[in-house]
Amino acid sequence: MAEFLQFLFSGLTVGAIYALVGLGFSIIYNASHVINFAQGEFVMLGGMGTVSLMLAGLPMYVAIPLAVCLVVAVGLLLEKFAVEPARNAGVITLIIITIGASILIRGVVEVALGKDFHRLPSFTGETPIIIGGAALQPQGLWVIGALVIVVAALRWFFEHTRLGKAILATSYNPLAAQLVGIDVRTILLVSFGLSAALGALAGILTAPITLTKYDIGIMLGLKGFAAAILGGLGSSYGAVAGGLALGMIEAMSAGYISSAYKDAVAFVIILGVLFFMPSGLFGTRRTERV
Amino acid sequence: MNVLQVHGLTKAFGGVHAVADLSFSVSTGHVHSIIGPNGAGKTTLFNLITGVYTPTAGRIMLEGEDVTALTTAARAERGIARTFQNLQIFFNMSALENVMVGRHLHSPRRLLASLVHLPVIKRANRDAHDRAAALMERVGLAAYLDADSASMPYGALKRLEIARALAAEPRILLLDEPAAGLNPRETLEIDQLIQSIAADGTTVVLVEHNMKLVMGVSDHILVLDYGRRLAEGTAAAVRDNPEVIRAYLGAGIAGGHV
Amino acid sequence: MQRPGGSLQSGFSAKDIGAAGAARGVAWLLTARHGGILALVALLLALPLFLPNNFYYDIAIKTALNAIVCVGLNLLIGYAGQISLGHAGFFALGAYASAILTSHYRWPGLLAMAAGALGVALVAFLVARPILRLRGHYLAMATLGLGIIISIVINREIPLTGGPDGMSVPALRIWDWRLTGAVTWYWISAGALVLAVWVSLNLVESPVGRALRALHGSEIAAETAGIEISRYKVLVFVVSAVFASIAGSLFAHAERFVTPVEAGFLRSIEFVTMVVLGGMASTFGALVGATILTVLPQVLTAFHDYKHVVLGAIMIGVMIFMPRGLVPTLMSLWRRRAP
Repeated sequence: MAEFLQFLFSGLTVGAIYALVGLGFSIIYNASHVINFAQGEFVMLGGMGTVSLMLAGLPMYVAIPLAVCLVVAVGLLLEKFAVEPARNAGVITLIIITIGASILIRGVVEVALGKDFHRLPSFTGETPIIIGGAALQPQGLWVIGALVIVVAALRWFFEHTRLGKAILATSYNPLAAQLVGIDVRTILLVSFGLSAALGALAGILTAPITLTKYDIGIMLGLKGFAAAILGGLGSSYGAVAGGLALGMIEAMSAGYISSAYKDAVAFVIILGVLFFMPSGLFGTRRTERV
Repeated sequence: MNVLQVHGLTKAFGGVHAVADLSFSVSTGHVHSIIGPNGAGKTTLFNLITGVYTPTAGRIMLEGEDVTALTTAARAERGIARTFQNLQIFFNMSALENVMVGRHLHSPRRLLASLVHLPVIKRANRDAHDRAAALMERVGLAAYLDADSASMPYGALKRLEIARALAAEPRILLLDEPAAGLNPRETLEIDQLIQSIAADGTTVVLVEHNMKLVMGVSDHILVLDYGRRLAEGTAAAVRDNPEVIRAYLGAGIAGGHV
Repeated sequence: MQRPGGSLQSGFSAKDIGAAGAARGVAWLLTARHGGILALVALLLALPLFLPNNFYYDIAIKTALNAIVCVGLNLLIGYAGQISLGHAGFFALGAYASAILTSHYRWPGLLAMAAGALGVALVAFLVARPILRLRGHYLAMATLGLGIIISIVINREIPLTGGPDGMSVPALRIWDWRLTGAVTWYWISAGALVLAVWVSLNLVESPVGRALRALHGSEIAAETAGIEISRYKVLVFVVSAVFASIAGSLFAHAERFVTPVEAGFLRSIEFVTMVVLGGMASTFGALVGATILTVLPQVLTAFHDYKHVVLGAIMIGVMIFMPRGLVPTLMSLWRRRAP
């Protein structure tokens, strides 16, 4: 029982990270139908950015918001200079552009900060909380708590603010949104900025647990994408559900089956969902009109 | 002899019946037109006949064979060819290559032979090339033999699609609004082209809004309204049918050129 | 077949006829299948004169093998309009098949390569149908997932593959000959490349090739012309996978060592970038792209630290400013100059 709880906790914790990354994918995809392969790099930049700001002498409570702002800036730059010029290009073009952006960002960090692991201190210390025989890291509670707050905040944002509703409108029908006066380009910028913030947050929250390094973005991005697909591309709640589910499936299979193939779980899930349930758990089905 | 027969064909999208319990026959070598106000189900009907849509109910028979369960490609193999209301040109290929693709069913398609360019492939290339050029001349596109499809004007592209469809040597040719967007001179050329195709023995089924064209070229007209058969018969019979007039008056004067 | 210039006007002068004859001669040469392959052969024959030592021969070998993968991948991406972000997986499967079969089981080299190609063809065939039903981003992700799963398996099956540290590969033996050495492998790779280009060009200019391009142009019109979409998508996917597998097998014997890096996501992205940079729907474009992206980082060592920065910048820049890639863009400019 203790073992099961242990896996459950670690699954929820890492699942919350996947959920945040998946949310980022979902928001950008909703606004623009672009899959942002650089999403994982926002996560990496959050952690690595905070680390370098702290190395430069800033205290953590200053470094964190500053790092988030910096990552948001990167997100806006990405949208402005890489995505917007190719707005009407085909799928392959956009995929390669965002992959190129992720390689570029990773390359810059590699040159600037090297290939080593870096660590952030846990927010409230390292003493594990024992529940039912299983040890839960306090940082894990921060992660899960942050997810809950983020989901609630986003819900309020999308349903009760003008900007949020404008983003939703754009995701349903960009042309109609334009016709009622919504500036779609601004919406796109905001979406990238918002996703960047979510990614950065995920990176900062997880750095104390998983350490951070210039290339952690690759796997995290891909797994966040798996979460979004599992939940159904286009559904933000789906991304959250998908992320949590993915985290738990990963933890359970690592614990009970084989930890060597833990990373493969996400990709087997991607393939499985794409083969059998392309619209995921909660996504909208697409029909093609001739 | 009926080259195409449709029995009780129905296509429902949710609660909307785009085509409802439609039955008709198309006789060999004739020009059949299908007309009706917008939304009457004409393109849906074409999509059903070619296999793009699966019918909710009903059967489609091609020269006596039930093709209802067959894929689009399989039906093409049995002699159905088609042009599209919204052009479906292969813009990544030249004009000539577009028509050459129409020869697909009559070309050798073995992978290994293609990979090593056996003489049979070389001959097939030349053959497709020559036939495509001849067809382009036939439909009046001789000036575009060397052209990229992307640089051709709209009217020429409509004729290119017809050439591509003819390249398959079909038994029955479905033309979806071939005159849409064409000026009177171009429309006359399409009229003549359709007549020449029919004269060669190919059965033509036409969906059109241009009444002058329809009345002039058709041996038989089927009028659809809300997915159902409203009237059927020769041009004269249909033109004077009060039901038909009522259906069209509702659509407004802009609906057709009478 | 593409011919430069538009159709000739009526009313010639002698100068026009001479110019037309010259233009047609140039056209024959410019036809990929004749002039292009001749030029490639000439280039490959002449290249060794400029290669001072084994280090450069090795770069040439790697370029040629990358180019083989890209030529195959270009059939999938450029001509048929699909995408694969996992092709390094097939490359690595071919490499490891050769490595494992010749090393652990003492199979003859060519048989191992054939077995690898057959195995890859089978894997590609099995996953192709469900994967290729997907479009756009979904297709990209599915191929990505496949490539990563292959790379994870290679990494984890340590007794078989040597794991992350890789494994060494015996030299390729054909009858009594033991084929080693950079110069030998240069000629083998060059020959394989010419063969690959020839086969690819043959396929493009055939009814099957036109069917592939048609399904890129308009799936519904292609189907209406009698082309079974899923069958042809599977076909081109399998063919491109086999190209990668054979290149991988050659790589294993040329380098005498393989690591799971060859199966990685970054490798797959490199291949796609090469195809896109050089020019989609252009076999020679794929060659150009492979050459640029293999040679540049190797030769410019200062680059090496910034390799990823430059790669990323190139990918973004090319897709924004030259979305069709180098060779088609340059050819359009050329064609617009000739009246």
